[in-house]
Amino acid sequence: MIVVKRKPLEEILSYIEGHDKILLLGCQECPYGCATAGEDEVKKLVEEIKNKMKNLGKFIEISEKTLIRLCELQYVKGINDFKNEFEAVVTLSCGVGINLIADVYPEIEVYPGVNTLFMGAKLRKGIYVEKCRACGDCIVGYTAGLCPITRCPKNMLNGPCGGSKNGVCEVRKGLPCVWDQIIRRLKKRGKLEKLMEIWEAKDWRSFYGEGIRELREVESWK
Amino acid sequence: MEIKTNLQKVLESGQFAVTAEIDPPKNADLELIKEKIKWLKGYVDAVNITDSPRATVKMSSLAGAVILQKENIEPVMHITCRDRNRIAIQSELLGASALGVKNILCLTGDYVSLGDHPQAKPVFDLDSIQLISLAKNLSEGKFFNKKEIKGKHPYFFIGAVENPFADPLEFRPIRLAKKIKAGAKFIQTQIVYNVERFEKFIKLCEDLGILEKVYILAGIAPPKSLKMLKYMKENKVPGIEVPDELIKRMESAKDEKEEGINIAVEIIERIRENPGVSGVHIMAIRWEFIVPEIVKRAKLYPR
Repeated sequence: MIVVKRKPLEEILSYIEGHDKILLLGCQECPYGCATAGEDEVKKLVEEIKNKMKNLGKFIEISEKTLIRLCELQYVKGINDFKNEFEAVVTLSCGVGINLIADVYPEIEVYPGVNTLFMGAKLRKGIYVEKCRACGDCIVGYTAGLCPITRCPKNMLNGPCGGSKNGVCEVRKGLPCVWDQIIRRLKKRGKLEKLMEIWEAKDWRSFYGEGIRELREVESWK
Repeated sequence: MEIKTNLQKVLESGQFAVTAEIDPPKNADLELIKEKIKWLKGYVDAVNITDSPRATVKMSSLAGAVILQKENIEPVMHITCRDRNRIAIQSELLGASALGVKNILCLTGDYVSLGDHPQAKPVFDLDSIQLISLAKNLSEGKFFNKKEIKGKHPYFFIGAVENPFADPLEFRPIRLAKKIKAGAKFIQTQIVYNVERFEKFIKLCEDLGILEKVYILAGIAPPKSLKMLKYMKENKVPGIEVPDELIKRMESAKDEKEEGINIAVEIIERIRENPGVSGVHIMAIRWEFIVPEIVKRAKLYPR
């Protein structure tokens, strides 16, 4: 899932200052899993904003909607039905959602209610760990399913570096050295030969693209 | 054209090589390098000049290398993958070669969060082994993209590093073999305090049959004080292993500096007996003036 974290209330308030009517948009996809943008969380943020405004002696009208997926055009198009009911939008979706809204509705003022952190796994409520950087050229078939591009701070393809000790990375206490893990697993499977070869430098174009990355498997997006 | 460097000649002739290391200053004062050079001159075969070690901003290793050359000291220029992509690295190496730098040491580099600008974007386009391949390519007249360098191309005596104290121990020699295959001709190791583990590592390299393909220079750092040893022991410096006995020895020392020199000399003497080792690399950071004393006491003088 895409892991997101709510922005501080003060920052959100700074965006909506001066507006009388705003829309708070939740998303039922990944942020739901992070408990950031589900209906309860949207309601909670509405309360927080209203209370704060009340203390400041101001009033703001807030409507709320939680859509199925703010990263999919067909659902974002639904905003059209009520776009006259607000002056600005705060979304609790990831950066994909907010960018898509901004693309589809150039005239709408849209603000992020969260920081988009990473693609990761939920271990349990409140604990999320990055697992993939979407580099576009997956090599984990050779690395026992563990991604060195994501998990090695130096993105090494010929690891481990000299900072690997007792299975731990030099960069941060508690961060396992992924190359140590890879070597141990492949050794157990009798598949170390692949690591004897020199791995060529990565072609980072699949990661950085030219501008943005796109996948077009049909002629037109319409 | 291959013109052998002094370090290369020493190693190829079978003499026990001695190199030292200078961290460039954290300012624009070249006199600070010149002062350190004065101490080292005549006592070492070449001097390493580091590339913003610990990810902390220092004068560039290329500038430092050129200053060394002007003072008639042969530099070993460090180059890391931390701050430059493959374009910048090649550009830097072409420039270094044009200015007469021939010994280079290829490293991945410390991670940026360890340094004084932890907010910086880490580069790591290549890793150390790919960097060695790049340097080898340049030395053979090819860019990293395999296209021909038209006109004069560099020639480098390529070095790399290895940490015999990192894990997994049984994989370290295999990884070293990859560095040799990529083009490394000499290796400078992490600081050796745990001689037993170092010897075990050398034995594993011997078993793998790689010792005759590369010159290994053992890293030596005279501990200046108990405080310094403890700091390293607490793993504040990545990759260094400090045995408990060494801490105890320093604790009971009357004169810590004198004991530090003794420790360094003893380690050099013991390592020198190992036929798999071709020299020592003395890293007396912020204590460079002690290098001549160590070299003399270890009977490695005159050079």
